[in-house]
Formats: sequence, structure tokens, C-alpha cells
Amino acid sequence: MNSLHGSATVAMPVAKAFDFFTGSFGSWWPADYHIGRSDMADAIIEPREGGRWFERGVDGTECDWGRVLAWEPPNRLVITWQIDGQWQFDPDAAHASEIEVRFTEAGPDETIVELEHRHLDRLAGGATISDVIGQGGGWTAILETFAKAGEAAG
Amino acid sequence: MATFGGVDFGILGDPTRRAIFELLARQPLSVGDLADRLPITRQAVSQHLRVLKDGGLVIVTPDGTRRIYRLNPDGVAAYQAYFQRVWDDALAAFQKAADAAPIDEREHS
Repeated sequence: MNSLHGSATVAMPVAKAFDFFTGSFGSWWPADYHIGRSDMADAIIEPREGGRWFERGVDGTECDWGRVLAWEPPNRLVITWQIDGQWQFDPDAAHASEIEVRFTEAGPDETIVELEHRHLDRLAGGATISDVIGQGGGWTAILETFAKAGEAAG
Repeated sequence: MATFGGVDFGILGDPTRRAIFELLARQPLSVGDLADRLPITRQAVSQHLRVLKDGGLVIVTPDGTRRIYRLNPDGVAAYQAYFQRVWDDALAAFQKAADAAPIDEREHS
């Protein structure tokens, strides 16, 4: 009920797909969707259970997005998104939404990546969407980006 | 068109509705306020607001003779719609970057 689902298919073996998703996270993540005060230089998922998911700004400051709940290469990753209404990391697990990413081999050089973002209701318990988008720094640009992409797609 | 938990994510597939959604995220506004900020008529604003309201993304409260629109403070539907857009875009970016990765990144190690 409170979950979102998405998927992508990439032309990589499953282990490479997992490594690319996690190890090169900052290289492919749309840079507009960041929450730090300065522009995003990189975004990192630390490769271990309990690791941090965070961004590093061009000014060197770091800003947490969540934590690694499950680190099971090459098939499964679970991270939390736990940002409060003041656009700060909220350590209260009761306010943490979870993102599970599954990597399934579809062929020797093809991997299906399925993503579920669940427990969104926990975010609503900690902040309103108005807080999140209204104070969301660079994230407000997301809708403009979508609008442009939508226009480009005709 | 995908639906999740009864929420139709086509709601934010329209650029004008996304613009209204974002404006209301910043502050509650009336139809007239929105029409002043967007290159569309009050009638068009009202039509988009009706879709957003029916989808559970916004609520309306009376303020004297005006009706003020704001994002639904219960927020789950709005979060769902918002993050659906995030993940659609992020996964598309991931797939594109993976396809563009150097061949040695893609082959068996």
C-alpha cells in the first residue's frame, strides 16, 4: 500500500550491475536530487551493513541520507531514506523509509534491477511532504527537470 | 498507467500539475494566486486542482470567501507520487549510465 516499485534492465553481469549501482552511485544518480546546501560532488553508499548513504558537497561537507540495512552482493541491497522536515538526517528508525534493490541475472550479460521503496508512511509521520519539498534545496529542481524531460519526450 | 495503493501516478505526469504541486509545497495558495504565478487561466488551474484533490495530493480549506489549497498534510499519497517520479528518473539514469559504461566495466571480471 505504501510501497513504490520500479525496475531497470542493464547489459551487465549481475555482479557488475551490483558494483556499478553501489560503487559508482554518485556517477549515475541525478545530481539535482541532493539535499546538501552546496552542489553535490558525489554520493556514496558505504559497502557494508550499517554503512552510511550520504552525499558530499563541492565544499567538502557531508550530508546523510540513510543507512545500509542489508549488504548482500551481488543480489540484494537495502538502504533507508530517513530525512526529516528540516531536511536533516533523522536517526529515529520509526521515521525511516526503506529502499530494497534486487539484482537478478537475466542472462550472462543482462541483469534486471528491481527497486521497492516502502514504509513511506513512516516519513509522513515525521514530516509533511510540504516540509520536504518546500525546504528541499536542490530537490525542488526535480520537478523542473521532470517538466523539461516531459517536454523533450513530447 | 501504473497505480499504487489507489494513487494514480499519472497525476504528476503532467508538467503543469507538477508546477502546481511544487508551488503548493512552498505555501498554501488560492486558485487566483496560482493563476498569477502560472501561464494558464483560473479555469485551467481549477481543473488541475480537482485532479490533485481527487488523487488525495491536495486538500482545500475555506478562508473567508477564498478557498485555500495546500498539500495533503497526511502526506502519504503525496510522498508516493513524489518519490515515484524520483525513482523513475533515477532508474532511467542508472540504466543509461550502465549502457554508457566502458566495455571493461560491463564484461566479466
